[in-house]
Amino acid sequence: MQRWIRQLPAALGLSAILVLPACVTINVYFPAADAEKAADKIIDEVWQLKNKPSSQDAPAQAPASVPAK
Amino acid sequence: MKTSIKNGLFAFYLVFAVLLVSPLALAAADLEINTPAISALQSSMQSRHGQLAAYYSNGAVGLTRDGLIAVHDATVVPLAQRQSVNSLVAAENNDRNALYKEIASANGHPEWEAEVRNTFAQRWVQKAQGGWWYQGASGWAKK
Repeated sequence: MQRWIRQLPAALGLSAILVLPACVTINVYFPAADAEKAADKIIDEVWQLKNKPSSQDAPAQAPASVPAK
Repeated sequence: MKTSIKNGLFAFYLVFAVLLVSPLALAAADLEINTPAISALQSSMQSRHGQLAAYYSNGAVGLTRDGLIAVHDATVVPLAQRQSVNSLVAAENNDRNALYKEIASANGHPEWEAEVRNTFAQRWVQKAQGGWWYQGASGWAKK
């Protein structure tokens, strides 16, 4: 019994060493929420969905950027 | 002996704390979509959309479950134009496949391609206009 207790920290350490790499692997998960945001950004661009609300900004920004160049 | 157990537990808690924190650090990173390849695909698809939009609206072309597009009802297209619709669909699907692959590899995880594709498949349908056709779980449906 006492020998078993003495080995407990070593056992915990060993299990931690074994478990840690597995958890790190699992942690490289697919960032679903970020992917959704990225997809929305690209789809808005491809289908030009954001052009209607921002059409007022676009002409205002375009002339401003031309003289700057 | 008690202290060695305490030390073991402490080490265990420390490892546990690291495990709890590391996903937060990873979650903070945004997905990279600003590469030249992705921008090129994006603008290619954007210019093609001018031609495709009419076919989405009249139901000739619909959105598939795997993030691509397909001919849904060729009969609404005059015979002479059908070949060009097929070419548009094929070209669009080439771009879309390349886009999903590119996003996955731009983020250092080529194995994410399928998940990127699934995400896009859902978002395309979500953002589709009313009246467009899409493939749901039980076949074609009109939005």
